[in-house]
Amino acid sequence: MIDIALVIAFTLVGLAVAFTLYRLLRGPSAPDRILALDTLYVNTIALLVLLGIHLGSNIYFEAALLIALMGFVGTVALCKFLLRGDIIE
Amino acid sequence: MLESLLAFLIVAGGVFTFIGSLGLARLRDFYTRLHGPTKATTLGVGCILIASAAYFSRLQGEVSLHEVLVTLFLFITAPVSAHLLAKAALHLELSSLAPRPGQQEQPRD
Repeated sequence: MIDIALVIAFTLVGLAVAFTLYRLLRGPSAPDRILALDTLYVNTIALLVLLGIHLGSNIYFEAALLIALMGFVGTVALCKFLLRGDIIE
Repeated sequence: MLESLLAFLIVAGGVFTFIGSLGLARLRDFYTRLHGPTKATTLGVGCILIASAAYFSRLQGEVSLHEVLVTLFLFITAPVSAHLLAKAALHLELSSLAPRPGQQEQPRD
């Protein structure tokens, strides 16, 4: 039962990543692209955790945690750059 | 019982993530596009992480708390990044379907 659910969830999250990539490539403005990158890392965390359940392996959480930390820092840095024209003042 | 609950949580997480990214791709201006990923996608990833925590707790026979850490961090940082993105969009004066708040309050230089 979990296997079928995993297949459905993999498909849906993969489609979500495709939509996010579409917005990342097309996005008319810079904040759109930053938002797409933000969504992309959240979707990647979902994919990694699903892969961890699928393989029954525990080692993917550290990677998910690192992606969460670094993705947040990247989003904040890009937004600060748009707001101020500089990251570290 | 637990297995069907886990399957439901996994599918619900996938559906919420999909809906959030669909909103990001389909909605018409930046301020509406901001809603999809920051709410629906965060909820979807939260569902998947809770399912993972329950799965590994059952598998190993002890409480697994890594996922709770990731969930907590995502739920704290998602509003902060959404706020910063909205501030950046207001600063750049992106076009909006509705009149922007603060548009007539302060003249921009």
